[in-house]
Amino acid sequence: MKAKKWMAVVDIVAVVVSSAIFIVPFLIVILNAGKTQQEAAALQLSLPKTWHFIKNLEAVFSYQNRAVLRAFLNSMILTFLSVIGIVIVSSMTGFILQRRRNRFTGSLNYLVLGGLIVPPAIVPTIWLLKLLNLFKTIPGLALVEVALNFSFSTIMYTSFLSTVPREIDEAGIIDGCGPYRLFFQIIFPLMKPITATVIILAAVNVYNDFMNPLYFLPGAKNLTVQLTLYFFQGQFESSWNLLFADILIISLPSLIFYMIFRQRIISGTTAGAIKG
Amino acid sequence: MAADMSKHAALDKYYSYSFLVPGMLVYGIIFVFPTLMSFFFSFTRWDLSTWTFIGFDNYKSFFHEYALVKSLSNTIVYAVLSSGCKVVLGLLLAVACCSKLRTKGYLEAVIYFPNILSPLAVGIMFSSLMHPTKGLFNQMLSLLGILGPDWLGNPRLALYSIILTDIWKGVGVSTVIYIAGIKAIPTEYYEACMVDGGNSLTKFANITVPLVRPARNTVIILSFIGGLRSFGLVWSMTQGGPGFASDVLASVIYKQYINGFYGLSIAGNVILLLLVSVIAFPLYRFLNRKEEML
Repeated sequence: MKAKKWMAVVDIVAVVVSSAIFIVPFLIVILNAGKTQQEAAALQLSLPKTWHFIKNLEAVFSYQNRAVLRAFLNSMILTFLSVIGIVIVSSMTGFILQRRRNRFTGSLNYLVLGGLIVPPAIVPTIWLLKLLNLFKTIPGLALVEVALNFSFSTIMYTSFLSTVPREIDEAGIIDGCGPYRLFFQIIFPLMKPITATVIILAAVNVYNDFMNPLYFLPGAKNLTVQLTLYFFQGQFESSWNLLFADILIISLPSLIFYMIFRQRIISGTTAGAIKG
Repeated sequence: MAADMSKHAALDKYYSYSFLVPGMLVYGIIFVFPTLMSFFFSFTRWDLSTWTFIGFDNYKSFFHEYALVKSLSNTIVYAVLSSGCKVVLGLLLAVACCSKLRTKGYLEAVIYFPNILSPLAVGIMFSSLMHPTKGLFNQMLSLLGILGPDWLGNPRLALYSIILTDIWKGVGVSTVIYIAGIKAIPTEYYEACMVDGGNSLTKFANITVPLVRPARNTVIILSFIGGLRSFGLVWSMTQGGPGFASDVLASVIYKQYINGFYGLSIAGNVILLLLVSVIAFPLYRFLNRKEEML
């Protein structure tokens, strides 16, 4: 009985401490996003005296001809294109690298692994995209995101495929599948669980990316949501309420994703990390 | 074995190399090719269209400028401290998440939560928390009667404040990797330890710590490489300042780029690449060899 009570106390302490450390910083963002400019300037952890939440959201959204709305659209397109590309190229590459083992695929495997470690050479990539007329464009940035997420996603696919028995391939071949039908009609549908994980992790990763949009989409024409926040930081230095409202708005998609897919995000991160 | 091999070879034509083409095109052109070119362009003065070969001049000016050398040592401090703390704190948090606590699910969710926020959002959040007079950090310190420091404005402190933020954001990843490692330890070991009269401390020291080694190696490598490459937090919190007190390689690469010093920027990139390779590959070998010796 005593031990039970003791455990309950430990439980409560754990919840309070972990919330204080990991949730309170974000709580400050939420609360101050609902305050007036003067009240938010104090940066207090307190409820707003009067709720200005909707007003602040309106201010953020209407700023500079709805720049944030356009940025949302851009980020969605960028994320969508990148994720489609990542799934297509990584699943196909992972399929061959796992199924066909020889010296050639072995060295390709190392090349792919290298992408997890080697930092991208950004300026030569800009030069290259300029040559291809893709610099400062969303499709160009999407290509970069595909290349940067390629290694991690391919490893996710190879490790998943090692649990799919080859007998399934053989059965398909006996039924008369060619290489393309074998992959697209039999293997790819079987990989649905890992494809879902790859989609979720890559989507969060691309959506939250700040460094690559900063390099590859300079200027105000094709902002992503992270870039609007970056420019807000410079312009709204004294308006913490609007800055926090923007943080809240652009974090919302990731938060919703996290609430729905938490298990998959965590297990995917773990699996990818250990395999890599 | 031979039959097995020939069977595999017979299937090979169904595993057509043509599947590799899209991936290798994108990865090869957008990632591998620029990486190789960066070695060449680091020896040039370059305006993205015409280049002049200048030998080692970019590297010389890199190592002659105090600010740039400082960024190199900052990068190493950043990587060592942030990964070191994540290795230790992640393990402790993971043990808490694997305990008998009824709230362990909540703990895991909360600890991992900062990782899905963007580095920029976290950077701005912590800039407000670290505000010298109004920020929550110093408000709390003043309740204890301590005059809090200027976290991001003090050149001797700025880098460490960013590292602290990095740990807050990233410790969740280490924690969930450790959790997977702890769950892979057979419960028989713990039971045997209980039979021998062990308490939770001896269980932790004699079973969890040694047997969680593979997970720990993963945490070390991942967080170390992540630390060396870190950019978003530095750029959103201090832009490398005050002065260049919190500059790291990634922020120097960006600064040189926006100022038009492309050759110098690429030299920084190559130095980062070499630094990561020189540290990451031997570290990987070393950690794995120790594992084999067990």
